[in-house]
Amino acid sequence: MADAKTGWDRNDMARRAAQELEDGFYVNLGIGIPTLVANYIGEGIDVTLQSENGMLGMGPFPYEDEVDPDLINAGKQTITELRRTSYFSSADSFGMIRGGHIDLSVLGAMEVSENGDLANWMIPGKMVKGMGGAMDLVAGVKRVVVVMDHASKSGAPKLLHECSLPLTGRQVVDMVITNLGVFEIDRGKGMKLVELAPGITVDDVKAQTEADFGVAV
Amino acid sequence: MKKVCPDAKTALDGVLFDGMTIMSGGFGLCGIPENLIGALREAGTKDLTVISNNAGVDGFGLGLLLESRQIKKMVSSYVGENKEFERQYLAGELELEFNPQGTLAERCRAGGAGIPGFYTKTGVGTVIAEGKEHKEFDGETYIMETGLVADLSIVKAWKGDEQGNLIFRKTARNFNPMMASAGKVTIAEVEEIVPLGSLDPDCIHTPGIFVQKIIQGEHEKRIEQRTVRERA
Repeated sequence: MADAKTGWDRNDMARRAAQELEDGFYVNLGIGIPTLVANYIGEGIDVTLQSENGMLGMGPFPYEDEVDPDLINAGKQTITELRRTSYFSSADSFGMIRGGHIDLSVLGAMEVSENGDLANWMIPGKMVKGMGGAMDLVAGVKRVVVVMDHASKSGAPKLLHECSLPLTGRQVVDMVITNLGVFEIDRGKGMKLVELAPGITVDDVKAQTEADFGVAV
Repeated sequence: MKKVCPDAKTALDGVLFDGMTIMSGGFGLCGIPENLIGALREAGTKDLTVISNNAGVDGFGLGLLLESRQIKKMVSSYVGENKEFERQYLAGELELEFNPQGTLAERCRAGGAGIPGFYTKTGVGTVIAEGKEHKEFDGETYIMETGLVADLSIVKAWKGDEQGNLIFRKTARNFNPMMASAGKVTIAEVEEIVPLGSLDPDCIHTPGIFVQKIIQGEHEKRIEQRTVRERA
C-alpha cells in the first residue's frame, strides 16, 4: 500500500478518483493514471465512459481474438463495445463535451494553480505534440478532476500560485488528487486540502506545495 | 453522373493542384483513406495544406506524404506519433497549426454547413485565443473560430453505394462525416460498394450529396496501440 514518504501510488490515486464517480454519470477519462480509474468503479455505481473519438459506453480491452482496428479509444488503444454502446462523429462527440453533457472528466496535469488554472499540453522548448481534446474537455465538462504526482521528478512543486506553462484552461479544475492528498478548488477563489494520504502530514504537503491552500482535514 | 471510379488514381485525376488544401479523415490510423493517400503520393502533388486530426505515423497514413515532402502545412490537434514530422517541424520545413480537437471538428462541420464562424469557450484564456475576437454571452466569454472548407476532402467509410451514400463503422467514423461535407470535391473510399437499395436509408451517416466520387479499396487498417487482456 502507501509508502510513508510518498503517500499513494498510481493505483491508490486512481481508486480515490473513482470515488468521485456517481451512479448514472457520463465520464471521460484521460490517458495515464486517469485510465486506471475504470478499474475501481464502485459496486452499484453505473457509469458510462465516453471516448472523445466518438463513442459512449466504452468496454474493456479486447481478448486477442476480439481485436478490431475500427474500435479504438482516444489513446488509440484497441477496446471493446458494450450493449449500451453508441458511436458518433467527432463533431457530435465534442458537442456532448462542449455542451456540458459529460458529468465528469479525470485528467492528468503538469501544473495546477490555486484558482484552478490547468497546464497539461505543452512545455516551451520541447517538441509540442498538441492539445488533442484537452482544451475542449476542461472548457465543457461539468466537473474536472486532476490526478497527478504532487511534485515533478526533480522535486519542483506542481501546485502553484500561477501556472508557468502555457494553459489548457483558466479556472477549470474542481479537484486535484496527488500522491499526498486531495484538494478541492473553488474555481477562481482558492483551494483547500480536504484529505491526506496515509502517513502524510499537513506539513509534508506544505513542504512540497507552492500554492496557498486552506486545510480542512 | 457516374460517381463510381475504378481506383484511387482515376478518382484523383483532374482534381489535384500544387498548393491545394486537403482534408483527410481519420483519428490516429483509424478510419483513414489509405488508398487515396497512397495515390496522392504517387501523384506527387506538392505544397499541400493538410487538415487532419493527426499526421499518421512514420511510413503509414499521412506519414507517407510527409516522407515525400508533399506537405507544406498541417492543421491538427495532436501529432505526437511521427518522428519524421518532428524532424521536419524542428528544422523549420513544415508549418503547423494546432486546433483543439473539438474546435477542429466544429470548424469542419461549420465549413460544410455554410457557417463562416462560430463562438466557443474552448481555449479562452490560452494561446489559442490570442488574436481572436472575444465576445460575452450570458456573462461567459467565448472566442470566435472560423469554418473550414477544403479544395478536396478524402474520407474513408465502411460501405457506400453508387450515389455516394456512406455508412461508417464503429470509431472509424470520427472526422470523416464533417470532412465529407466540407470538401469542394469529396472522394470517399469504402471497403465495399454495395448495390443501390441495400443500405437502409434510415441508417445513412453521410448522404451522397456530399460525395462526388467513390472508390472501393483494399485496407490494411494498421493498429497503433494493440492492447489486449488475457483470458482468465
